[in-house]
Amino acid sequence: MDGQPVISLRGATATLGSRPVLRGIDLTVRRGEVVALLGANGSGKSTAVRAIVGQVPLTGGELELFGTPRRRFRDWARLGYVPQRTTAAGGVPATVGEVVSAGRLARTKLGIMRKADREAVVRALELVGMADRIKDSVDALSGGQHQRVLIARALAVEPELLIMDEPMAGVDLASQEVLATALRAQVERGATVLLVLHELGPLEPLIDRAVVLRDGCVVHDGPPPEAVGQHALPGHDHVHPHAGPAAEPIRTGLLS
Amino acid sequence: MDILDFAFMQRALLAALVVGITAPAIGTFLVQRRQALMGDGIGHVALTGVGLGFLLNTSPVWMATAVCVVGAVVMELIRSYGKARGDIALAMLFYGGMAGGVMLMSLSSSGSNANLTTYLFGSITTVSQQDIVAICVLAAFVILATLGLRRQLFAICQDEEFARVTGLPVRLLNLLIAVTAAVTVTVAMRVVGLLLVSALMVIPVAASQQIARSFAMTFALAIAIGVLVTVSGTTLSYYVDVPSGASIVLLAIGVFVTLTVLATPLARKRARQAAAAAEDGCTLTVPDARRPADDVRV
Repeated sequence: MDGQPVISLRGATATLGSRPVLRGIDLTVRRGEVVALLGANGSGKSTAVRAIVGQVPLTGGELELFGTPRRRFRDWARLGYVPQRTTAAGGVPATVGEVVSAGRLARTKLGIMRKADREAVVRALELVGMADRIKDSVDALSGGQHQRVLIARALAVEPELLIMDEPMAGVDLASQEVLATALRAQVERGATVLLVLHELGPLEPLIDRAVVLRDGCVVHDGPPPEAVGQHALPGHDHVHPHAGPAAEPIRTGLLS
Repeated sequence: MDILDFAFMQRALLAALVVGITAPAIGTFLVQRRQALMGDGIGHVALTGVGLGFLLNTSPVWMATAVCVVGAVVMELIRSYGKARGDIALAMLFYGGMAGGVMLMSLSSSGSNANLTTYLFGSITTVSQQDIVAICVLAAFVILATLGLRRQLFAICQDEEFARVTGLPVRLLNLLIAVTAAVTVTVAMRVVGLLLVSALMVIPVAASQQIARSFAMTFALAIAIGVLVTVSGTTLSYYVDVPSGASIVLLAIGVFVTLTVLATPLARKRARQAAAAAEDGCTLTVPDARRPADDVRV
Protein backbone atom coordinates (compact mmCIF):
# COMPACT_ATOMS: atom_id res chain seq x y z
CA MET A 1 0.00 0.00 0.00
CA ASP A 2 1.65 3.21 -1.10
CA GLY A 3 -1.34 5.58 -1.31
CA GLN A 4 -1.24 8.66 0.85
CA PRO A 5 -2.93 8.38 4.24
CA VAL A 6 -6.54 9.61 4.31
CA ILE A 7 -7.05 8.85 8.00
CA SER A 8 -4.07 8.84 10.31
CA LEU A 9 -4.67 8.15 13.98
CA ARG A 10 -1.64 7.86 16.26
CA GLY A 11 -1.68 6.94 19.93
CA ALA A 12 -5.31 8.03 20.23
CA THR A 13 -6.92 7.88 23.65
CA ALA A 14 -10.49 8.77 24.57
CA THR A 15 -12.74 8.36 27.57
CA LEU A 16 -16.49 8.14 27.99
CA GLY A 17 -17.34 9.51 31.40
CA SER A 18 -14.32 8.40 33.41
CA ARG A 19 -13.91 5.06 31.62
CA PRO A 20 -11.02 4.83 29.17
CA VAL A 21 -12.46 3.51 25.89
CA LEU A 22 -9.52 4.03 23.55
CA ARG A 23 -6.13 3.32 25.05
CA GLY A 24 -3.60 4.34 22.43
CA ILE A 25 -4.83 3.34 18.99
CA ASP A 26 -2.80 3.59 15.79
CA LEU A 27 -4.88 3.41 12.63
CA THR A 28 -3.88 4.48 9.15
CA VAL A 29 -6.24 4.22 6.19
CA ARG A 30 -4.68 4.95 2.80
CA ARG A 31 -6.36 6.22 -0.34
CA GLY A 32 -8.42 3.54 -2.05
CA GLU A 33 -8.34 1.11 0.85
CA VAL A 34 -11.39 -0.61 2.34
CA VAL A 35 -10.75 -1.16 6.01
CA ALA A 36 -13.07 -2.96 8.42
CA LEU A 37 -12.91 -2.14 12.09
CA LEU A 38 -13.94 -5.24 14.00
CA GLY A 39 -14.32 -6.11 17.65
CA ALA A 40 -16.76 -7.22 20.31
CA ASN A 41 -19.31 -4.89 21.88
CA GLY A 42 -17.52 -2.35 24.06
CA SER A 43 -14.15 -2.85 22.34
CA GLY A 44 -14.12 0.83 21.33
CA LYS A 45 -14.65 0.44 17.58
CA SER A 46 -17.61 2.82 17.45
CA THR A 47 -15.82 5.33 19.68
CA ALA A 48 -12.79 5.20 17.39
CA VAL A 49 -14.93 6.06 14.36
CA ARG A 50 -16.84 8.75 16.23
CA ALA A 51 -13.52 10.28 17.33
CA ILE A 52 -12.37 10.34 13.70
CA VAL A 53 -15.45 12.32 12.62
CA GLY A 54 -15.14 14.62 15.62
CA GLN A 55 -18.10 13.44 17.69
CA VAL A 56 -15.94 12.22 20.58
CA PRO A 57 -13.02 14.40 21.75
CA LEU A 58 -9.62 12.71 21.89
CA THR A 59 -7.89 13.00 25.25
CA GLY A 60 -4.51 12.24 23.71
CA GLY A 61 -2.78 11.33 20.48
CA GLU A 62 -2.99 12.80 17.02
CA LEU A 63 -5.55 12.64 14.24
CA GLU A 64 -5.11 13.77 10.68
CA LEU A 65 -7.73 13.70 7.90
CA PHE A 66 -6.41 14.01 4.34
CA GLY A 67 -3.08 15.09 5.84
CA THR A 68 -4.60 18.00 7.80
CA PRO A 69 -4.75 17.98 11.61
CA ARG A 70 -8.37 17.35 12.67
CA ARG A 71 -8.58 20.72 14.40
CA ARG A 72 -7.84 22.59 11.18
CA PHE A 73 -9.81 20.25 8.89
CA ARG A 74 -12.69 22.08 7.18
CA ASP A 75 -13.09 20.13 3.96
CA TRP A 76 -16.15 18.18 5.10
CA ALA A 77 -17.48 17.68 1.56
CA ARG A 78 -14.76 15.04 1.04
CA LEU A 79 -16.25 12.87 3.75
CA GLY A 80 -19.49 10.89 3.89
CA TYR A 81 -20.67 9.57 7.24
CA VAL A 82 -23.28 6.98 8.16
CA PRO A 83 -23.93 7.09 11.90
CA GLN A 84 -24.93 4.04 13.87
CA ARG A 85 -28.58 3.18 14.43
CA THR A 86 -29.93 6.68 14.11
CA THR A 87 -33.45 7.14 13.01
CA ALA A 88 -34.12 9.46 10.10
CA ALA A 89 -37.57 10.19 11.53
CA GLY A 90 -37.94 13.44 13.44
CA GLY A 91 -41.00 14.95 15.08
CA VAL A 92 -42.18 16.25 11.69
CA PRO A 93 -42.66 14.12 8.56
CA ALA A 94 -39.85 14.29 6.00
CA THR A 95 -39.47 12.65 2.62
CA VAL A 96 -36.63 10.43 1.51
CA GLY A 97 -35.52 13.21 -0.85
CA GLU A 98 -35.43 15.80 1.93
CA VAL A 99 -33.34 13.59 4.21
CA VAL A 100 -30.85 12.73 1.46
CA SER A 101 -30.64 16.41 0.42
CA ALA A 102 -29.33 17.21 3.91
CA GLY A 103 -26.29 15.12 2.99
CA ARG A 104 -25.61 17.36 0.00
CA LEU A 105 -25.40 20.60 2.06
CA ALA A 106 -21.61 20.50 2.33
CA ARG A 107 -21.37 20.88 -1.48
CA THR A 108 -23.88 23.75 -1.72
CA LYS A 109 -23.34 27.45 -1.22
CA LEU A 110 -25.56 28.73 1.61
CA GLY A 111 -27.74 25.66 1.30
CA ILE A 112 -29.16 26.52 -2.12
CA MET A 113 -29.87 23.31 -4.06
CA ARG A 114 -28.99 23.73 -7.73
CA LYS A 115 -29.82 21.34 -10.55
CA ALA A 116 -26.52 19.50 -10.13
CA ASP A 117 -27.24 19.04 -6.42
CA ARG A 118 -30.69 17.61 -7.06
CA GLU A 119 -29.20 15.24 -9.63
CA ALA A 120 -26.59 14.10 -7.11
CA VAL A 121 -29.38 13.31 -4.64
CA VAL A 122 -31.18 11.20 -7.25
CA ARG A 123 -27.92 9.42 -8.19
CA ALA A 124 -27.24 8.60 -4.53
CA LEU A 125 -30.73 7.16 -4.20
CA GLU A 126 -30.28 5.14 -7.40
CA LEU A 127 -27.11 3.63 -5.94
CA VAL A 128 -29.08 2.16 -3.06
CA GLY A 129 -32.11 1.30 -5.19
CA MET A 130 -34.43 3.83 -3.54
CA ALA A 131 -34.86 6.42 -6.31
CA ASP A 132 -38.52 5.48 -6.78
CA ARG A 133 -39.21 6.29 -3.12
CA ILE A 134 -37.83 9.86 -3.25
CA LYS A 135 -41.21 11.45 -2.49
CA ASP A 136 -42.22 8.94 0.19
CA SER A 137 -42.14 9.77 3.88
CA VAL A 138 -39.25 8.14 5.75
CA ASP A 139 -41.76 6.98 8.36
CA ALA A 140 -43.16 4.53 5.81
CA LEU A 141 -39.85 2.68 5.32
CA SER A 142 -38.65 -0.64 6.74
CA GLY A 143 -35.46 -0.83 8.81
CA GLY A 144 -33.37 -1.93 5.84
CA GLN A 145 -34.78 0.74 3.53
CA HIS A 146 -34.17 3.30 6.25
CA GLN A 147 -30.52 2.31 6.42
CA ARG A 148 -30.28 2.55 2.62
CA VAL A 149 -31.60 6.12 2.82
CA LEU A 150 -28.99 7.02 5.46
CA ILE A 151 -26.27 5.59 3.22
CA ALA A 152 -27.63 7.55 0.24
CA ARG A 153 -27.46 10.65 2.45
CA ALA A 154 -23.74 10.00 2.97
CA LEU A 155 -23.21 9.31 -0.76
CA ALA A 156 -25.06 12.47 -1.88
CA VAL A 157 -21.97 14.58 -1.21
CA GLU A 158 -19.92 12.28 -3.53
CA PRO A 159 -17.31 11.68 -0.86
CA GLU A 160 -13.72 10.54 -1.28
CA LEU A 161 -13.85 8.93 2.14
CA LEU A 162 -16.85 6.99 3.38
CA ILE A 163 -17.11 6.21 7.09
CA MET A 164 -19.89 3.86 8.18
CA ASP A 165 -20.73 2.75 11.69
CA GLU A 166 -22.34 -0.72 11.61
CA PRO A 167 -24.15 -0.21 8.27
CA MET A 168 -25.44 -3.79 8.29
CA ALA A 169 -26.94 -3.82 11.80
CA GLY A 170 -30.59 -4.77 11.68
CA VAL A 171 -30.68 -4.81 7.88
CA ASP A 172 -32.56 -7.53 5.98
CA LEU A 173 -30.71 -9.79 3.57
CA ALA A 174 -32.01 -8.08 0.40
CA SER A 175 -30.90 -4.66 1.66
CA GLN A 176 -27.51 -6.09 2.70
CA GLU A 177 -26.91 -7.21 -0.87
CA VAL A 178 -27.97 -3.81 -2.24
CA LEU A 179 -25.58 -2.14 0.18
CA ALA A 180 -22.73 -4.46 -0.78
CA THR A 181 -23.31 -3.57 -4.45
CA ALA A 182 -23.46 0.16 -3.66
CA LEU A 183 -20.24 -0.10 -1.69
CA ARG A 184 -18.52 -2.01 -4.51
CA ALA A 185 -19.44 0.84 -6.90
CA GLN A 186 -17.88 3.34 -4.48
CA VAL A 187 -14.70 1.30 -4.21
CA GLU A 188 -14.48 0.98 -8.00
CA ARG A 189 -14.62 4.75 -8.44
CA GLY A 190 -11.71 5.04 -6.03
CA ALA A 191 -13.37 5.90 -2.73
CA THR A 192 -11.68 5.07 0.55
CA VAL A 193 -13.90 3.25 3.03
CA LEU A 194 -13.72 2.73 6.78
CA LEU A 195 -16.45 0.48 8.15
CA VAL A 196 -17.31 -0.61 11.65
CA LEU A 197 -18.63 -4.15 11.42
CA HIS A 198 -19.80 -6.76 13.84
CA GLU A 199 -19.01 -9.53 11.36
CA LEU A 200 -17.68 -9.40 7.83
CA GLY A 201 -20.78 -10.97 6.28
CA PRO A 202 -21.59 -10.17 2.62
CA LEU A 203 -18.98 -7.40 2.53
CA GLU A 204 -16.12 -9.87 3.08
CA PRO A 205 -14.85 -9.93 -0.55
CA LEU A 206 -14.56 -6.13 -0.64
CA ILE A 207 -12.40 -5.73 2.42
CA ASP A 208 -8.66 -5.18 1.98
CA ARG A 209 -7.68 -5.04 5.61
CA ALA A 210 -9.23 -5.64 8.99
CA VAL A 211 -8.32 -3.92 12.22
CA VAL A 212 -9.53 -5.72 15.31
CA LEU A 213 -9.96 -3.88 18.61
CA ARG A 214 -10.17 -5.40 22.05
CA ASP A 215 -10.56 -3.30 25.22
CA GLY A 216 -9.54 -0.12 23.42
CA CYS A 217 -6.35 -1.53 21.89
CA VAL A 218 -5.54 -2.78 18.38
CA VAL A 219 -4.96 -6.56 18.53
CA HIS A 220 -4.88 -7.32 14.80
CA ASP A 221 -4.09 -5.20 11.74
CA GLY A 222 -3.80 -7.06 8.48
CA PRO A 223 -5.75 -9.35 6.17
CA PRO A 224 -9.31 -10.10 7.29
CA PRO A 225 -9.21 -12.80 9.97
CA GLU A 226 -10.01 -16.34 8.89
CA ALA A 227 -13.45 -17.52 9.77
CA VAL A 228 -13.43 -19.98 12.65
CA GLY A 229 -15.78 -22.67 13.94
CA GLN A 230 -18.96 -23.38 12.01
CA HIS A 231 -18.24 -20.65 9.46
CA ALA A 232 -14.87 -22.16 8.53
CA LEU A 233 -16.26 -25.56 7.60
CA PRO A 234 -15.99 -26.37 3.89
CA GLY A 235 -19.32 -25.96 2.17
CA HIS A 236 -20.43 -23.14 4.42
CA ASP A 237 -20.98 -20.48 1.81
CA HIS A 238 -23.28 -18.14 3.74
CA VAL A 239 -26.39 -19.23 1.94
CA HIS A 240 -29.21 -19.11 4.38
CA PRO A 241 -32.22 -21.32 3.98
CA HIS A 242 -34.82 -18.83 2.86
CA ALA A 243 -37.41 -20.28 0.53
CA GLY A 244 -37.51 -18.64 -2.88
CA PRO A 245 -40.80 -17.31 -4.21
CA ALA A 246 -41.10 -20.30 -6.55
CA ALA A 247 -40.69 -22.82 -3.76
CA GLU A 248 -43.45 -25.35 -3.23
CA PRO A 249 -45.88 -24.56 -0.45
CA ILE A 250 -44.93 -26.55 2.58
CA ARG A 251 -47.07 -29.64 2.83
CA THR A 252 -47.12 -31.09 6.25
CA GLY A 253 -49.75 -33.69 5.53
CA LEU A 254 -51.58 -32.74 8.66
CA LEU A 255 -54.49 -30.99 7.01
CA SER A 256 -54.94 -32.86 3.75
CA MET B 1 -65.46 45.95 6.10
CA ASP B 2 -66.08 48.36 8.95
CA ILE B 3 -63.57 46.36 10.98
CA LEU B 4 -60.73 48.09 9.10
CA ASP B 5 -62.03 51.59 9.89
CA PHE B 6 -60.41 51.55 13.30
CA ALA B 7 -56.67 52.12 13.61
CA PHE B 8 -56.44 49.74 16.58
CA MET B 9 -58.05 46.95 14.54
CA GLN B 10 -55.68 47.57 11.64
CA ARG B 11 -52.78 47.19 14.05
CA ALA B 12 -54.38 44.15 15.62
CA LEU B 13 -54.87 42.39 12.29
CA LEU B 14 -51.33 43.19 11.17
CA ALA B 15 -49.97 41.82 14.45
CA ALA B 16 -52.16 38.74 14.06
CA LEU B 17 -50.89 38.18 10.52
CA VAL B 18 -47.18 38.28 11.45
CA VAL B 19 -47.75 36.08 14.49
CA GLY B 20 -49.61 33.60 12.30
CA ILE B 21 -46.54 33.40 10.06
CA THR B 22 -43.71 33.45 12.59
CA ALA B 23 -44.94 31.16 15.38
CA PRO B 24 -45.57 28.08 13.16
CA ALA B 25 -42.39 28.81 11.15
CA ILE B 26 -40.05 28.38 14.12
CA GLY B 27 -42.48 25.94 15.73
CA THR B 28 -41.96 23.44 12.89
CA PHE B 29 -38.27 23.17 13.76
CA LEU B 30 -38.97 22.94 17.49
CA VAL B 31 -41.49 20.14 16.92
CA GLN B 32 -39.05 18.38 14.59
CA ARG B 33 -36.38 18.20 17.29
CA ARG B 34 -39.02 17.31 19.88
CA GLN B 35 -38.76 20.54 21.84
CA ALA B 36 -42.41 21.41 21.40
CA LEU B 37 -42.71 22.97 24.84
CA MET B 38 -39.66 25.20 24.57
CA GLY B 39 -41.91 28.13 23.61
CA ASP B 40 -43.81 27.63 26.83
CA GLY B 41 -40.60 27.80 28.85
CA ILE B 42 -39.49 30.97 27.09
CA GLY B 43 -42.94 32.43 27.69
CA HIS B 44 -42.47 32.00 31.43
CA VAL B 45 -39.08 33.68 31.32
CA ALA B 46 -40.47 36.54 29.22
CA LEU B 47 -42.64 37.62 32.12
CA THR B 48 -39.55 38.77 34.00
CA GLY B 49 -38.72 40.95 31.00
CA VAL B 50 -42.21 42.42 30.99
CA GLY B 51 -41.95 43.15 34.72
CA LEU B 52 -38.54 44.71 34.21
CA GLY B 53 -39.95 46.88 31.41
CA PHE B 54 -42.67 48.21 33.69
CA LEU B 55 -40.26 48.78 36.58
CA LEU B 56 -37.76 50.69 34.43
CA ASN B 57 -40.49 52.45 32.41
CA THR B 58 -39.14 51.12 29.12
CA SER B 59 -40.96 49.23 26.39
CA PRO B 60 -42.05 45.85 27.78
CA VAL B 61 -41.74 44.28 24.30
CA TRP B 62 -38.05 45.14 23.86
CA MET B 63 -37.24 44.30 27.48
CA ALA B 64 -39.04 40.97 27.16
CA THR B 65 -37.08 40.28 23.96
CA ALA B 66 -33.78 40.86 25.75
CA VAL B 67 -34.68 38.66 28.72
CA CYS B 68 -36.15 35.95 26.46
CA VAL B 69 -33.03 35.79 24.33
CA VAL B 70 -30.87 35.39 27.44
CA GLY B 71 -33.25 32.76 28.82
CA ALA B 72 -33.36 30.83 25.54
CA VAL B 73 -29.59 30.83 25.21
CA VAL B 74 -29.27 29.52 28.78
CA MET B 75 -31.82 26.78 27.94
CA GLU B 76 -29.88 25.84 24.81
CA LEU B 77 -26.62 25.65 26.79
CA ILE B 78 -28.30 23.47 29.41
CA ARG B 79 -29.62 21.23 26.61
CA SER B 80 -26.30 20.83 24.84
CA TYR B 81 -23.91 20.60 27.80
CA GLY B 82 -25.64 19.71 31.05
CA LYS B 83 -27.01 16.30 30.26
CA ALA B 84 -27.53 15.50 33.93
CA ARG B 85 -30.61 16.98 35.59
CA GLY B 86 -31.29 19.37 32.73
CA ASP B 87 -35.00 19.15 33.50
CA ILE B 88 -34.47 20.47 37.02
CA ALA B 89 -32.39 23.38 35.72
CA LEU B 90 -35.10 24.19 33.19
CA ALA B 91 -37.79 24.07 35.88
CA MET B 92 -35.79 26.59 37.94
CA LEU B 93 -35.57 28.85 34.91
CA PHE B 94 -39.29 28.63 34.09
CA TYR B 95 -40.67 29.22 37.55
CA GLY B 96 -37.95 31.70 38.46
CA GLY B 97 -38.92 33.69 35.36
CA MET B 98 -42.61 33.58 36.23
CA ALA B 99 -42.13 34.52 39.89
CA GLY B 100 -39.63 37.23 38.96
CA GLY B 101 -42.13 38.78 36.57
CA VAL B 102 -44.95 38.86 39.09
CA MET B 103 -42.61 40.29 41.74
CA LEU B 104 -41.18 43.02 39.49
CA MET B 105 -44.65 43.93 38.26
CA SER B 106 -45.94 44.45 41.78
CA LEU B 107 -42.90 46.60 42.64
CA SER B 108 -43.43 48.98 39.72
CA SER B 109 -45.83 51.89 40.04
CA SER B 110 -47.44 51.47 36.60
CA GLY B 111 -47.81 47.70 36.78
CA SER B 112 -51.04 46.17 37.98
CA ASN B 113 -52.73 42.81 37.91
CA ALA B 114 -54.79 44.01 34.97
CA ASN B 115 -51.58 44.74 33.08
CA LEU B 116 -50.22 41.34 34.03
CA THR B 117 -53.30 39.67 32.61
CA THR B 118 -52.96 41.39 29.25
CA TYR B 119 -49.45 39.93 28.89
CA LEU B 120 -50.36 36.50 30.22
CA PHE B 121 -53.38 36.00 27.99
CA GLY B 122 -52.87 38.59 25.27
CA SER B 123 -54.79 41.72 24.49
CA ILE B 124 -54.48 42.33 20.82
CA THR B 125 -56.64 45.45 20.70
CA THR B 126 -54.30 47.33 23.07
CA VAL B 127 -51.31 46.94 20.70
CA SER B 128 -49.80 50.42 20.37
CA GLN B 129 -48.04 52.07 17.45
CA GLN B 130 -44.62 51.42 19.04
CA ASP B 131 -45.59 47.81 19.76
CA ILE B 132 -46.50 47.17 16.14
CA VAL B 133 -43.17 48.57 14.92
CA ALA B 134 -41.28 46.32 17.34
CA ILE B 135 -43.42 43.31 16.38
CA CYS B 136 -42.81 43.83 12.64
CA VAL B 137 -39.06 44.31 13.01
CA LEU B 138 -38.74 41.18 15.15
CA ALA B 139 -41.00 39.19 12.85
CA ALA B 140 -38.86 40.13 9.86
CA PHE B 141 -35.86 38.62 11.65
CA VAL B 142 -37.75 35.40 12.41
CA ILE B 143 -38.99 35.01 8.81
CA LEU B 144 -35.53 35.66 7.37
CA ALA B 145 -33.89 33.15 9.71
CA THR B 146 -36.42 30.33 9.31
CA LEU B 147 -36.93 30.65 5.55
CA GLY B 148 -33.38 31.57 4.58
CA LEU B 149 -31.71 28.85 6.62
CA ARG B 150 -34.46 26.22 6.40
CA ARG B 151 -32.21 23.55 4.85
CA GLN B 152 -29.49 24.01 7.46
CA LEU B 153 -31.99 24.11 10.31
CA PHE B 154 -33.74 21.04 8.91
CA ALA B 155 -30.42 19.16 8.87
CA ILE B 156 -29.52 19.94 12.48
CA CYS B 157 -33.04 19.27 13.79
CA GLN B 158 -33.18 15.98 11.89
CA ASP B 159 -29.80 14.55 12.93
CA GLU B 160 -27.44 16.76 14.87
CA GLU B 161 -24.54 14.30 14.80
CA PHE B 162 -24.70 13.94 11.02
CA ALA B 163 -25.06 17.71 10.56
CA ARG B 164 -21.84 18.26 12.48
CA VAL B 165 -19.97 15.91 10.13
CA THR B 166 -21.27 17.83 7.11
CA GLY B 167 -19.41 20.83 8.52
CA LEU B 168 -22.43 22.91 9.52
CA PRO B 169 -21.81 25.34 12.42
CA VAL B 170 -24.17 23.31 14.61
CA ARG B 171 -23.59 25.20 17.86
CA LEU B 172 -24.24 28.53 16.18
CA LEU B 173 -27.38 27.28 14.41
CA ASN B 174 -28.69 25.80 17.67
CA LEU B 175 -28.26 29.19 19.31
CA LEU B 176 -30.00 30.79 16.34
CA ILE B 177 -32.99 28.49 16.82
CA ALA B 178 -33.10 29.40 20.52
CA VAL B 179 -32.87 33.13 19.82
CA THR B 180 -35.46 32.93 17.03
CA ALA B 181 -37.85 31.05 19.33
CA ALA B 182 -37.31 33.72 22.00
CA VAL B 183 -37.99 36.53 19.55
CA THR B 184 -41.13 34.77 18.33
CA VAL B 185 -42.44 34.54 21.88
CA THR B 186 -42.22 38.30 22.27
CA VAL B 187 -43.77 38.85 18.83
CA ALA B 188 -46.73 36.67 19.81
CA MET B 189 -46.96 37.85 23.42
CA ARG B 190 -49.38 40.75 22.77
CA VAL B 191 -51.57 38.68 20.47
CA VAL B 192 -52.10 35.36 22.28
CA GLY B 193 -50.39 35.99 25.61
CA LEU B 194 -47.34 34.39 27.18
CA LEU B 195 -49.25 31.38 28.52
CA LEU B 196 -50.71 30.56 25.09
CA VAL B 197 -47.67 31.40 22.92
CA SER B 198 -46.53 27.81 22.67
CA ALA B 199 -49.93 26.72 21.37
CA LEU B 200 -49.39 28.72 18.17
CA MET B 201 -45.94 27.19 17.72
CA VAL B 202 -47.19 23.63 18.13
CA ILE B 203 -50.86 23.21 17.17
CA PRO B 204 -50.67 24.47 13.54
CA VAL B 205 -47.68 22.15 13.02
CA ALA B 206 -49.52 19.21 14.57
CA ALA B 207 -52.57 19.96 12.40
CA SER B 208 -50.46 20.25 9.26
CA GLN B 209 -48.73 16.93 9.98
CA GLN B 210 -52.07 15.16 9.72
CA ILE B 211 -52.08 15.53 5.96
CA ALA B 212 -48.52 16.48 4.96
CA ARG B 213 -45.90 13.88 4.10
CA SER B 214 -42.89 16.13 3.53
CA PHE B 215 -41.16 18.67 5.71
CA ALA B 216 -41.64 21.46 3.16
CA MET B 217 -45.37 20.76 3.01
CA THR B 218 -45.68 20.63 6.81
CA PHE B 219 -43.84 23.95 7.07
CA ALA B 220 -45.95 25.75 4.44
CA LEU B 221 -49.26 24.35 5.60
CA ALA B 222 -48.50 25.14 9.27
CA ILE B 223 -47.94 28.78 8.33
CA ALA B 224 -51.17 28.84 6.30
CA ILE B 225 -53.10 27.39 9.25
CA GLY B 226 -51.38 29.84 11.60
CA VAL B 227 -52.42 32.85 9.51
CA LEU B 228 -55.94 31.48 9.11
CA VAL B 229 -56.53 31.07 12.85
CA THR B 230 -54.84 34.27 14.02
CA VAL B 231 -56.64 36.51 11.53
CA SER B 232 -60.03 34.84 11.93
CA GLY B 233 -59.62 34.66 15.74
CA THR B 234 -58.85 38.37 15.88
CA THR B 235 -61.81 39.20 13.64
CA LEU B 236 -64.03 37.01 15.80
CA SER B 237 -62.89 38.77 18.96
CA TYR B 238 -63.88 42.11 17.38
CA TYR B 239 -67.43 41.07 16.53
CA VAL B 240 -68.26 38.83 19.49
CA ASP B 241 -66.17 40.54 22.18
CA VAL B 242 -64.22 37.49 23.32
CA PRO B 243 -60.48 37.40 24.19
CA SER B 244 -58.33 37.14 21.05
CA GLY B 245 -55.75 34.71 22.46
CA ALA B 246 -58.30 32.16 23.60
CA SER B 247 -60.27 32.42 20.32
CA ILE B 248 -57.14 31.86 18.25
CA VAL B 249 -56.01 28.82 20.24
CA LEU B 250 -59.46 27.24 20.25
CA LEU B 251 -59.77 27.81 16.49
CA ALA B 252 -56.36 26.18 16.00
CA ILE B 253 -57.49 23.14 17.97
CA GLY B 254 -60.65 23.09 15.85
CA VAL B 255 -58.53 23.00 12.67
CA PHE B 256 -56.42 20.21 14.17
CA VAL B 257 -59.47 18.08 14.97
CA THR B 258 -61.02 18.73 11.54
CA LEU B 259 -57.85 17.79 9.68
CA THR B 260 -57.40 14.69 11.83
CA VAL B 261 -60.90 13.52 10.93
CA LEU B 262 -60.41 14.38 7.24
CA ALA B 263 -57.02 12.67 7.17
CA THR B 264 -58.36 9.26 8.20
CA PRO B 265 -59.68 8.30 4.71
CA LEU B 266 -56.53 9.81 3.19
CA ALA B 267 -54.33 7.58 5.34
CA ARG B 268 -56.40 4.54 4.30
CA LYS B 269 -55.99 5.47 0.65
CA ARG B 270 -52.24 5.78 1.07
CA ALA B 271 -52.07 2.44 2.83
CA ARG B 272 -53.94 0.84 -0.11
CA GLN B 273 -51.54 2.45 -2.59
CA ALA B 274 -48.58 1.22 -0.59
CA ALA B 275 -50.04 -2.29 -0.55
CA ALA B 276 -50.59 -2.15 -4.32
CA ALA B 277 -47.04 -0.88 -4.83
CA ALA B 278 -45.54 -3.79 -2.95
CA GLU B 279 -45.18 -6.32 -5.75
CA ASP B 280 -43.73 -9.13 -3.72
CA GLY B 281 -46.84 -9.66 -1.64
CA CYS B 282 -47.55 -12.97 0.02
CA THR B 283 -47.85 -15.66 -2.62
CA LEU B 284 -47.98 -18.62 -0.29
CA THR B 285 -51.60 -19.67 0.11
CA VAL B 286 -52.52 -20.77 3.57
CA PRO B 287 -55.08 -23.59 3.60
CA ASP B 288 -58.33 -22.79 5.37
CA ALA B 289 -58.58 -23.96 8.91
CA ARG B 290 -60.88 -26.96 9.31
CA ARG B 291 -64.25 -25.99 10.65
CA PRO B 292 -67.14 -28.14 11.88
CA ALA B 293 -69.08 -27.12 8.74
CA ASP B 294 -66.54 -28.96 6.59
CA ASP B 295 -67.17 -32.55 5.72
CA VAL B 296 -66.08 -33.83 9.07
CA ARG B 297 -68.09 -36.76 10.28
CA VAL B 298 -67.93 -37.77 13.85
